[in-house]
Amino acid sequence: MSTPIITEKKWLRILLTSISLLFMSLFLLVPLGTIFYAALQKGLLLYVTSLIEPDALAAIRLTLLTATIAVPINLIFGVCAAWAIAKFNFIGKQLLITLIDLPFTVSPVISGLIFVLLFGAQGFLGPWLIQHNIKILFAVPGIVLATIFITFPYVARELIPLMQAQGNDQEEAALTLGANGWQTFFHITLPNIRWGLLYGVILLNARAMGEFGAVSVVSGHIRGLTNTIPLHVEILYNEYNFVAAFAMASILALLALFTLVAKTVVEWKL
Amino acid sequence: MSIRVHQLKKHFNGFGAVNDVTFSVSDGEFVTLLGPSGSGKSTVLRCIAGLETPSSGLIEIDGEVVTKVPVQERKVGFVFQHYALFRHMSVLHNVAFGLQVRGIPKKERNEKARELLNLVGLSGMEHRMPSQLSGGQRQRVALARALAPEPGLLLLDEPFGALDARLRKELRSWLRKLHDRIKLTSLLVTHDQEEAFELSDRVLVVNKGLIEQDAPPQAIFDQPATEFVATFVGETNRVEGLVDEGTVAWGPFRFKAIHLPQSTKVHVLFRPHDVYVTSKREDGGWPGVIRGIQFLGATVVLDIQMDDVTLNAELPKGVAQISEFEIGKQVYVSITNAHVFALKN
Amino acid sequence: MEPLIKFTNIKEKSVLPGFGITVGFTILYLSLMVLIPISMLFIKTSALTWPQFWEVISAPRVVASYRLSFGASLLGALINAVFGFLVAWVLVRYPFPGKKIIDVLVDLPFALPTAVAGIALTTTYASNGVLGRFLEPLGIKAVFSPLGVVIALTFIGLPFVVRTLQPVLQDLDPEIEEAAACLGANRFKTFFQVILPAVFPALMTGFALAFARALGEYGSVIFISGNMPMRTEITPLLMITKLEQYDYTGATAIAVVMLVVSFSLLLTINLLQWWSHEDQPN
Repeated sequence: MSTPIITEKKWLRILLTSISLLFMSLFLLVPLGTIFYAALQKGLLLYVTSLIEPDALAAIRLTLLTATIAVPINLIFGVCAAWAIAKFNFIGKQLLITLIDLPFTVSPVISGLIFVLLFGAQGFLGPWLIQHNIKILFAVPGIVLATIFITFPYVARELIPLMQAQGNDQEEAALTLGANGWQTFFHITLPNIRWGLLYGVILLNARAMGEFGAVSVVSGHIRGLTNTIPLHVEILYNEYNFVAAFAMASILALLALFTLVAKTVVEWKL
Repeated sequence: MSIRVHQLKKHFNGFGAVNDVTFSVSDGEFVTLLGPSGSGKSTVLRCIAGLETPSSGLIEIDGEVVTKVPVQERKVGFVFQHYALFRHMSVLHNVAFGLQVRGIPKKERNEKARELLNLVGLSGMEHRMPSQLSGGQRQRVALARALAPEPGLLLLDEPFGALDARLRKELRSWLRKLHDRIKLTSLLVTHDQEEAFELSDRVLVVNKGLIEQDAPPQAIFDQPATEFVATFVGETNRVEGLVDEGTVAWGPFRFKAIHLPQSTKVHVLFRPHDVYVTSKREDGGWPGVIRGIQFLGATVVLDIQMDDVTLNAELPKGVAQISEFEIGKQVYVSITNAHVFALKN
Repeated sequence: MEPLIKFTNIKEKSVLPGFGITVGFTILYLSLMVLIPISMLFIKTSALTWPQFWEVISAPRVVASYRLSFGASLLGALINAVFGFLVAWVLVRYPFPGKKIIDVLVDLPFALPTAVAGIALTTTYASNGVLGRFLEPLGIKAVFSPLGVVIALTFIGLPFVVRTLQPVLQDLDPEIEEAAACLGANRFKTFFQVILPAVFPALMTGFALAFARALGEYGSVIFISGNMPMRTEITPLLMITKLEQYDYTGATAIAVVMLVVSFSLLLTINLLQWWSHEDQPN
């Protein structure tokens, strides 16, 4: 922290702080507040009613289902990838790391497009799917797959730097004491990474539930069937049904705030 | 248990860390691999433990070839420089871990762990977490942990490297006493010459992946086999010369070099405490002038200029207090022991 | 006696277990999830000849969308570079009430679903919105205009600059500022000639990350932009429109352009990060 000699004059500090706070308010605080204000504007009753409306419930159910499938799969992948990358050196490791980062750099709509190209009626696997009467696009499987694709890096990206920083010493010690691979992983590695893992899962879950762009392309927007919470929010908003839209949005906003709090807790623990 | 290492080689991406190492350790011996950083000594140790796979060569433990045996099955105790304690486990749990993975029931293994903690002088610390311990305490826990599964061999990788000088000395003598008690075959890696000498029955001096000398500590010091060993272990003065009919001449001194061919270029090395200094001319020494005096506490080092060379002579404080030793004074120097090494081209 | 045993190593094999399983599974997963789908794009595009490809990606409506996406992303990233720097500075150096909360909230755009952000921003800046009502009398249209797109993209990129700069500012050695003060520099000089150059690589990285993120952004923009072709239509949306019209090849062609730009940016970011690590003597 700065000592009295090397910091700015008080008036300048106050000015800079105020400008930053103003910036943060304009772009973050006010819009955040708007969500809850608009949701509760017409009273608590209307808020709750919007949430238990059949199409809304269907959207909530689909979102939960998607998350329930995407999170464990990507968790396993994340742990495997982090172990592979943090503990070993091999040719092509850098390429692997770049590939893992891919969903971050590619626009979500491109991801959706790829799925259409793969599974659509005119797509690569299209004819085969029609033949076997399997519906992926514009149906639940498509949404789940798209979500898995978009969110797979999250746990890996959280764990890799953590495991690299922790090094291999403790695992090597466990091996010299006679532990095999699984024992080493469960008794030594896992406890050491548990907070990073937990945060990775929370973040993964939040992103899985909130994914919009890619899912928008593959879902077909069929009310009550292939709408997730974000998609349902879009529909309600476009129908000028503001209270309902913001009510659904508030669920996701609360989840986002929860994620932020979790991050703070994890950072404090680490 | 005994160890036998035969023509061990290890390279990392083309860099030869261990270039051809052969040695053995008998049952109950305490041997040290001594060398500067990057000399490959840790790599040798890790190969013996199974934490690295050799590029070629043979490793035998108790007569059985273990080169391909995975580390979990080698039954060696390993102590790491930075302790590698399991941060989230208590001291007791750490020590008992090696027993836990063998399926030994809780009561038994905790009892054994307590015994070992007693052995290393940490009774009462069972339920502390590693972060609550000092460096010296952590290393003792690491030792107890390594000893718990009753290994036949103890390997220590610069175990005191992360501790301050005084603690190092304390733990060093404690380790020697422990070894005398339990007589476990031990192999230590260090760059600290004092440590190697105090602890070991035998010292292997390692440089650039090769063993330069394998001998008991006193022999290493008094009869260094190579120039590297002579300069690494203790201070030296160095003078260049040429072999002429089995001798090397320097001033009035003649050094024996019978084993070297005529006209070989050599370095003559002698230790500061092998330089005898007197102010009396009749003792037959070579004249020189004192240019510097350094008081090091128990000893005094004199910088003496003889023609174009400056020597260091080390004298015990008692001797050097004689007032004849001051800057600018003329003194007479003789050399009581020296080693001649041919220069490699 | 035992013969010498030789090992031939193709890779640096570590003694830690699990190499086969973890690397194998990772590669399998990535192939299924990434490599095969991406190659689909390029296969599909190859159905077009070069002239056809060029015609699609240079149509007026498409070019207008490039201008908007690119321009607004750039502007948003620039705004973030300046104000994000300010926020990072204030968070690292000055105490003030509520600092912890602000620090936590910086990550909001990262954690909040894009659609939620989209409707929140639109409602806030609409002419009857909490903030929009102040802009209306000034004749500034913040929604259904390019300005709205810039606002949304600024929101999206905010955490990138702040989070990239914070650790670097934190690790700045106070001694270099003290040295500058001893040599007679005032705070302005010290800032522009000593501090700014030291954190510049990190600033560039944050800027590039914000820019890259903004280019592909969809959910938070489509509500506030109004989506009018040739005026407030962003490239991702145009791509989806083509898709809905079953113009698969057209959509793919645009996607390829976007991908190429993304990859170039990713490469630049990696280079920048490598450059900034070169400078720090860690």
